Amino acid sequence: MKVHEYQAKALLAQYGIPVPRGRVAFSPSEARDIAVEIGSKPVVKAQVYAGGRGKAGGIKTVNSPAEAETAASQLIGTRLVTHQTGPEGVPVSKVLVEEASDVTRELYLSILVDGTSRLPLMIASEAGGMEIEEVAQSTPERIFRRDIDPAIGFQLFQGRKLAYGMNLNGGQISEATRLMTNLYKLFIDKDCSLAEINPLVVTSEGKLLALDAKLSFDDNALYRQKDIQELQDKEQEEPLEVEARDWGIDNYVKMDGNIGCMVNGAGLAMAVNDLIQHCDGRAANFLDIGTLNNTARVVNSFKMFVADPRIKAVLVNIFGGMARVDVIARGIVEAYQQMNIPFPVVIRLAGTNLEEGQRILAESGISFIQAKDFYDSAYKVVEAAKGVTK
Amino acid sequence: MSILVNESTRLLVQGITGNEGSFHAQRCIEYGTKVVAGVTPGKGGSKQLGVPVFNTVEKAMAETGANASLLFVPPAFAADGILEAIDAGMPLVVCITEGIPVLDTVKVHRYLRGKSTRLVGPNCSGVISPGKCKAGIMVGEIHLPGNVGIVSRSGTLTYEVVSQLTSLGIGQSTCVGIGGDALPGSTFIDILELFEADRDTKAVVLIGEIGGTMEQEAAEFISHKMTKRVVAFIAGSTAPPGKRMGHAGAIITGSAGKASEKIKALSQARAIIARHPAEIGLTTRKALENL
Repeated sequence: MKVHEYQAKALLAQYGIPVPRGRVAFSPSEARDIAVEIGSKPVVKAQVYAGGRGKAGGIKTVNSPAEAETAASQLIGTRLVTHQTGPEGVPVSKVLVEEASDVTRELYLSILVDGTSRLPLMIASEAGGMEIEEVAQSTPERIFRRDIDPAIGFQLFQGRKLAYGMNLNGGQISEATRLMTNLYKLFIDKDCSLAEINPLVVTSEGKLLALDAKLSFDDNALYRQKDIQELQDKEQEEPLEVEARDWGIDNYVKMDGNIGCMVNGAGLAMAVNDLIQHCDGRAANFLDIGTLNNTARVVNSFKMFVADPRIKAVLVNIFGGMARVDVIARGIVEAYQQMNIPFPVVIRLAGTNLEEGQRILAESGISFIQAKDFYDSAYKVVEAAKGVTK
Repeated sequence: MSILVNESTRLLVQGITGNEGSFHAQRCIEYGTKVVAGVTPGKGGSKQLGVPVFNTVEKAMAETGANASLLFVPPAFAADGILEAIDAGMPLVVCITEGIPVLDTVKVHRYLRGKSTRLVGPNCSGVISPGKCKAGIMVGEIHLPGNVGIVSRSGTLTYEVVSQLTSLGIGQSTCVGIGGDALPGSTFIDILELFEADRDTKAVVLIGEIGGTMEQEAAEFISHKMTKRVVAFIAGSTAPPGKRMGHAGAIITGSAGKASEKIKALSQARAIIARHPAEIGLTTRKALENL
């Protein structure tokens, strides 16, 4: 789960990490008031989940409260298109107004869980302000990493090594070490999956300051992080994915094709989309229906397909294991009874309780295209989406 | 032979009195697995499915000689259940539970260091050596005893591959679901190493997916340490970056996480790549013919 920059900075501040003075504004007049409060030159930053705001015009440095108000009015209510969003962009409904900082150096600092060592990993670099992956490719010698042993936590010597790696000196070393210790504490306390300060700047007074911050959180841990869960901004997410969650379908991802897919299991669901593409079609979504005890999720998936004007055909591919084929079949029949299904549906079933599932479909008299195996199911749904009649 | 589980596996089920634990323990018993004990704290002394239930893993091992554990404990308590099994010296722990917080898993990995336990999962379908032992939630009937090993990050996609192989008459030595989390207890390399040493495994099918770099590390291992033929498929060629595709670990965050990068690494390691997921069985048959 992601949060906005202003929320991330509030959390950093709670953990004693210096951030620029400022607040979030929901209207241009509020932006003006905050600029007056700050008293010095303000920056107005669009609050969206996507990165790449600077280049997209989402960050404006201005000279006065009046200009802050104008800048905010140019951002609030618009959609921001960055290299990380689609061409439709993401909505801007609030801006962060904070004091502009006098920057002498831009550094990089982050913590994530490393898949190889399986430990929290702190990464520091003196090459801040750009994508760290680019730095890692072009100048890997400028990146410093320290695994953190969760049994003893982050140690001062590790902080010193990283701080020297960033070419800090004097009092900055202990300042940076303290900042890193606090960031690690935040990372652990709040079940972060990424805590990134980019850039971490050195001001003209030689002080460290988190100029931009990105925090994301482990979805599996949200049950014990209620305060974090409340920060979620649904407006920033893909509307169809929010709708799917509201229908109890957690594993739905919008894709750009016209074939609706309902599959059990994440790996199989990805493979179905890959196979559709191999057969020259495009999936409209990824949907892992998961393990079912009742038919509601199947019916709700069909409701989503019917409401989605892009859908030209639907593929149901279920290999029953934990999920039982008969429950899925009953769900499909219920969906047909509850709504008019305006597109062809290709069904491929295998696994647990297959015979019962097939019997339910056959006896219901609903009209669908039966697939004989995995390949056949993808081939037939692509043909169906093209309007080729069988 | 086979790897991880066989006729002498004596299975303990942690969480045997829960809905899923009980349902799948029953299926394992029906398959012929020796399920010798269950553990549910507070229910020690009772019986479930005719199997004695204990309060602690240690007691269950001492009384029944259990040498593998299959774990169905809910996510908030699953890591604790794994730690208990490691502490008791359980040789193999297979964790089915999905949704364990990553930082809990980090603790488990730290505690595993220097211990004798092998962990498979979490968020996996388990391990089956067809005809011998099923320690997992996979459909037993689709399997056929034989000489192809399978290692996979996915559950249902593995069922699909197994059924393709079985319908071609190609049996399996052992099928291992290592799970869809970002920090699996056993990696591709861990399992490939076991297959390489297993006399009954002639070739291995590896089913990877987007996210992380485990497939690249496997490719490195295959090119330097493996003599056996490996057939590979990577799911998620069509997955958009930055989106979590169901599995916690299936998210493209950097260029290395893309399917194309993994396929490139594996084909450079001379693994045979199945072009699409409906062709994995046929690709394996060809690989076996060319041995």
